Amino acid sequence: MRPSELLIPTPAGLYCPPADIHIDPVRPVARALITHGHSDHARAGHGAVLATRETLAIMALRYGEGFTSSQQVAEPGAVTRIGSVDFRFVPAGHVLGSAQIVVECNGLRIVVSGDYKRERDPTCAGFEPVPCDIFITEATFGLPVFRHPPAREEVNKLLESVRLFPERTHIVGAYALGKAQRVMALIREAGYERPIHIHGALATLTEFYEEEGAPLGETRLVAASERKALGGEIVLCPPSAIQDLWARKFPDPVTAFASGWMRVRARARQRGVELPLIISDHADWDDLQATIHETGAGEIWVTHGEADALVHWCGTVGLKAKPLHLVGYGDEGEAEPELAPNEATPSEAPP
Amino acid sequence: MNRFAWLLDRLAYEPRRNAKLALIADYLRSTPDPDRGYALAAMTGGLVFQNAKPGLVRALIAERTDPVLFALSYDYVGDLSETVALMWPAKHGANAVPHLPEVVAGLRNSGKTELPRLIASWLDALDETGRWALLKLITGALRIGVSARLAKTAAASIGGIAPDEVEHVWHGLEPPYTELFAWLEGRAPRPQATDPAPFRPVMLSHALEDGDFAKLDPAAFQAEWKWDGIRVQAVSGTRPDGTRVTRLYSRTGEDIGASFPDILEALLLDGALDGELLVRREEAVQSFNTLQQRLNRKSVTPKMLAEYPAHIRAYDLLVDGEEDIRELPLGERRKRLENFVSRLASPAVDLSPPIPFGSWEELTAARADPASAGAGADAEAVEGCMLKRLDSPYLPGRPKGYWYKWKRDARLVDCVLMYAQRGHGKRSSFYSDFTFGVWRTSPEGDELVPVGKAYFGFTDEELVELDRFVRRNTLNRFGPVREVTHEAGSGLVLEVAFEGLQRSTRHKSGLAMRFPRISRIRWDKPPREADRIEALEQLLPA
Ligand SMILES: [Zn+2]
Ligand SMILES: [Zn+2]
Repeated sequence: MRPSELLIPTPAGLYCPPADIHIDPVRPVARALITHGHSDHARAGHGAVLATRETLAIMALRYGEGFTSSQQVAEPGAVTRIGSVDFRFVPAGHVLGSAQIVVECNGLRIVVSGDYKRERDPTCAGFEPVPCDIFITEATFGLPVFRHPPAREEVNKLLESVRLFPERTHIVGAYALGKAQRVMALIREAGYERPIHIHGALATLTEFYEEEGAPLGETRLVAASERKALGGEIVLCPPSAIQDLWARKFPDPVTAFASGWMRVRARARQRGVELPLIISDHADWDDLQATIHETGAGEIWVTHGEADALVHWCGTVGLKAKPLHLVGYGDEGEAEPELAPNEATPSEAPP
Repeated sequence: MNRFAWLLDRLAYEPRRNAKLALIADYLRSTPDPDRGYALAAMTGGLVFQNAKPGLVRALIAERTDPVLFALSYDYVGDLSETVALMWPAKHGANAVPHLPEVVAGLRNSGKTELPRLIASWLDALDETGRWALLKLITGALRIGVSARLAKTAAASIGGIAPDEVEHVWHGLEPPYTELFAWLEGRAPRPQATDPAPFRPVMLSHALEDGDFAKLDPAAFQAEWKWDGIRVQAVSGTRPDGTRVTRLYSRTGEDIGASFPDILEALLLDGALDGELLVRREEAVQSFNTLQQRLNRKSVTPKMLAEYPAHIRAYDLLVDGEEDIRELPLGERRKRLENFVSRLASPAVDLSPPIPFGSWEELTAARADPASAGAGADAEAVEGCMLKRLDSPYLPGRPKGYWYKWKRDARLVDCVLMYAQRGHGKRSSFYSDFTFGVWRTSPEGDELVPVGKAYFGFTDEELVELDRFVRRNTLNRFGPVREVTHEAGSGLVLEVAFEGLQRSTRHKSGLAMRFPRISRIRWDKPPREADRIEALEQLLPA
């Protein structure tokens, strides 16, 4: 079987003809396999969805129980046969429940990475490299300027600033699914014991992470009326809220943003970020390269992000590579639109 | 070097002026000589290194990285120093982090052959922030939102003195400014060498708003044309030994005299003029595009001086001879100015004429047609009117209720986006430079012809959407430029505002816009409904 018969890029996403399924489709399809719960990969309205238990739960939380007509849990490591094709979900280390999808048919094995990272994350299972013939990778941070420092050091930067400005509220923008909870867990690992305050848009997913056993310590929902009293505290909110009127009601806030994009100064300044925290849930340039080598794949397809540079690099090390130019993923947020529809920032209530 | 790098890094992320001042003052207070003096010199543009040039940095990174990956990265980041700082391969335990004075001495005294190795050894030793700060120092453009004036204001604050006091002694001093700090800290008397031609902070205006006229009495105001050049302060003074010092400052107090020897040599009377720098040729003020030929040049050739003669159109006088007249009302300063300019009798300096008017209706008519209201052949360089209260003293900053600017109404035209390029500075890493066109008839049917380029006018949110549109609708790539879909039925219409239009042989369309900016994004409008070239041609001056 030729690779192009097993998986083909289409406007709806990657399509597998012998199984008649799409992976992470961006349009409603009959049958979808979904790598993880970020809203650019996991959309509502498919006929049937196969995903990990956590991803299905996240989709239900974000879109409501009726997000699909039928759903099936993919057990980690177990093989699901559809038509003549075997599918297996393997941890991707990106967010809770995130998985790579191993697609195998007639001795040809393709791994679809979804989004992934290699740095340790206390809130989700770590990435497991799977040897394969073709590795389909993301390239959100596929440029040699993106080298993420250890997340632990970035969290220390935040705590250092909290010590330096004990009267000011530190408002940390973080994506609602994954990043916010990872940042909280890292703050706890660094020894910070005060309650962490969270914006309403983060509540549902944070609660889910806690139920799943993530060590987040005490979290408290920010009430509009008590913002004035939160000087010296750490407040997490979705990135869109850091520039809102909502954020200005805190005492002399320090604006932080946890994202791999913070590596580039112009990106931080553009969002009015004073304290950039380079914490990413995507592989950086070095980790993309290391991962490609580890899979042993002879051919690399790049789904989204900075595909040109990664494809060029593959050429320099003798690997066949091509960009798939899939649209609808990532674009600007850290590879996900910042919020699912029901998580928009509540507007200021009139007095 | 690490502390200096830390300061620049913090300043780069700090949007608030007061917080910037506090950061700089804090650094100057807590950093020893000579480090702090070199840092102050870096922030006031006082460090120039003959042999350290951006080309050298490019050569160093080219030896260490793949050219394609470098080009893609530079295109993404939009800033050479930052790209190199991020891509520089880590070399652990290289050598000791250099001190700022050591770096300054090295950059000043090393020859062209030894400099690359020296800079590379520093880059190996520094972390990302340190590399970025070092490269900013070498390439000479800090771009951290700190003007010379702001840095001097911070320095003045550590001595509890007015910023003007620092300006007065500034030009007699050299980096690392140890005498200045000794004075500011009360350890030594005020430095002797006071500057006979210091910068004085300029007075700025407010934009006139709807309804302001109802509250303003025309008889209390003087009106002038608002010229499309750059605001300057031209100062001349005499040292105790009788030698003359002449300086040309930008509105923020940067000394730009080196680019304008023709102006400096005309300043033969002691005094301080406030006016507009223009290029004047064949008895007419030239467009801003022409003036740009003269800006930001380190050396000026005789040919440039002849082709683009610089000119000051004076509108205020701050110092007359030895006398500081900023306290006098504008009406009296104006008489002094007229007298001063006539005594100066230089072809390079003339008066900005007042616009005669008796009522706001008359001024409105004059503004709509500057050519017949006295601006004559210079009308193309008029971008509106200035209204100044006759009783206004000359005050630093933007005091309320004295001066107003009343810009010309912008013209609007619907264009189609054709090409996009990544921006630099604040907008880097987004596609933010847009080339747009309008329809014209060609033998093969209708075609789009580019008519201009715009870099601003949109919000940050709109920029993200424009950037996304460009990425999703790329047809071709030419280096850093992307060609985007532009057909009758698909593409993006931009409503472009501009201040005026001129004929141009440099552009395919034969037209050049002044101050084009994107006023609205017409997501709703199909490209076929965008404007045609004839609509623009009607607006050309006859
Ligand atoms: Zn994701
Ligand atoms: Zn993604």
